[in-house]
Amino acid sequence: MKLLTSSAMALALLANTAAAEGELVIYHWFEYIPAELLEKFTAETGITVTMDTFDSNEAMLASLKAGGMGTYDVAVPTDYMVSIMAGEGLLDTIADGELANKGNIAPEWADPSFDPGRAHSIPYQWGSTSFAVNTDDYDGDINTTDLLFNPPAELSGKINMLDSQGEVLAMASIHMGIPQCSTDRDELQALNDMLQEAKTHWASFNSDTAREVLVSGDVSVGMIFDGFSAKAREDRASITYAFPTQGYVVWMDSVVLLNDAPNRDSAIAFMDFMLEPENIAAVSNYARYGLGVTGAEEYLDPELATLPESNPPETAGEGSFIAVCDEQTQAVYDQIWTNLKN
Amino acid sequence: MAGGAASGGSAASDTYKEARHWLLMPSWLVLGFFVFAPVCVMVIYSFLTKEFRGGVIWEPTLAAYDQFFFDRGLFGDSDPTLQWTYIEIFWRSIWQAGLATIMSLLIGFPTAYFIATRPDGTRALWVFLITIPYWVNLLIRTVSMKFLLRDEGPMNDALLNIGLIGEPLQIINTNLAVQLGLFYSYLPFMVLPIYASIERYNFTMSEAAADLYATKFTTLRRIVLPAVKPGVIAGCILVFVPSLGAFLAPDLLGGAKNFMIGSLIEEQFKGNAGNWPFGAAASMILLSMVLVLLLIFAQQQRRAGAAT
Repeated sequence: MKLLTSSAMALALLANTAAAEGELVIYHWFEYIPAELLEKFTAETGITVTMDTFDSNEAMLASLKAGGMGTYDVAVPTDYMVSIMAGEGLLDTIADGELANKGNIAPEWADPSFDPGRAHSIPYQWGSTSFAVNTDDYDGDINTTDLLFNPPAELSGKINMLDSQGEVLAMASIHMGIPQCSTDRDELQALNDMLQEAKTHWASFNSDTAREVLVSGDVSVGMIFDGFSAKAREDRASITYAFPTQGYVVWMDSVVLLNDAPNRDSAIAFMDFMLEPENIAAVSNYARYGLGVTGAEEYLDPELATLPESNPPETAGEGSFIAVCDEQTQAVYDQIWTNLKN
Repeated sequence: MAGGAASGGSAASDTYKEARHWLLMPSWLVLGFFVFAPVCVMVIYSFLTKEFRGGVIWEPTLAAYDQFFFDRGLFGDSDPTLQWTYIEIFWRSIWQAGLATIMSLLIGFPTAYFIATRPDGTRALWVFLITIPYWVNLLIRTVSMKFLLRDEGPMNDALLNIGLIGEPLQIINTNLAVQLGLFYSYLPFMVLPIYASIERYNFTMSEAAADLYATKFTTLRRIVLPAVKPGVIAGCILVFVPSLGAFLAPDLLGGAKNFMIGSLIEEQFKGNAGNWPFGAAASMILLSMVLVLLLIFAQQQRRAGAAT
């Protein structure tokens, strides 16, 4: 059924965009780009934009592999998914000199581990994944992953986890101090056992409503992205983002150039557009995340610079990207996740 | 998916005898394209080798079914034992769907009876009222349920204010919330077929039973229920089958802590696992179960038909 619907959708899209000049088809997260910015792009370049949205990296990959290639020009995967897509041969290479604004990329994001030399991608937004605590319900130290995996009795049953294997297992590995993609059997068994025990304290797995369950008071602790947490704080002032001493997850979403892009020139034009400091700053002002372009400071909402959610305290542990495991190791992590969700 | 789509009218006139096959073509095409072809794709995929991170390799294997029935430990190299994980998931889904069906029946039957016994002119209005909430998208209705049930939601607030309870009832993220969600999602599917049956029921038979000194309960049990049984069974199937594969209610109301069949299958396609053949195999097993259920029902209907 899934196959059928995706290919039908792909066909419908193809019919709309086939070989037309001056069009662009974006595959993007939902609620992640201000509509005015797309209108501005169309006004400047004359290129009309069609956008489809997805709600997880894995769903996007599945849809692209089920016949979506050749439909979209650009997509916006997260760091680890950029390397997976490159490994799957889904990404086109941006030739040297093709992007006029490539020099605008901030030096620290110009050669990331997930896309060496930025051969396929440009920075979009970056931030962290950790958890937020409603400090009305808990007044102890919040900067420890114990609140998720070994919570005090008063928080038991008041915890929401993201419904996302990558983030939960990465956070759990950070909590235990073991490397991601470990192949050590004792470590993996311990990770599995720890999660089984921790689950007895969890209320739910929810990603789409990660912000809302905190604001509504359904839970007192919730795994969440930093920008989402900042928005939650606007609705309920007691919601505080934690930077655990053990460490936390960092991520960067990047705009990638897809293979078989029907409008490759439009895609390049769009990437150049998103590298303009003023434009990418508009995304940050909207989504409350960091950007990876130099010279954007003057366009940024001044409040962003001092957001507690994007300024880790001294005590914060190290931030790490989600690692990409090989097939055999991944199978064990998949099994741990299935055990957890059963 | 229920049978009866290809019911040839044996008693129909012979006027169109020659052209009958041609006239039936559109239905066959629709059935073939929207039912037969997708099921074929699913059957084929369930016997293919999974590709890492979604997709399939065109090599036949039983690996997907093996994974369903045999447990080889965390690292995949222990001696195979019977896999309880997925059996538990299926059992949990059947249990949840069953309870939701019973709830729907308990509320739906009196409702249908009530509507069917209203005066002629007003029945349509009652049916209309029943359907109003269902003009809204299922997702939105499920999210609304979540708002209603939550710890700091209006239902708990109201009960606290009346003083019926001392602290909020913890309903959200429990199995009860899932059952309530399923019950609410599919209630009209129970009410409408039962209503259709009761409306055709000849109430003079109830009067006759009363004249013969049958109590009201006996009348209901021995006269009304047998007469409207097909509607009740149809209603139960229409609630049970979609509940079995539901994933919105378990995810949103149950907290997604325990897989139901629907979420398990969804995870194979949209989730990290990306195991399409396993998703197809689980769907096939679910489909077979539902098919057996419907066959039993059809058999009963036929026997009932033969008896009258």
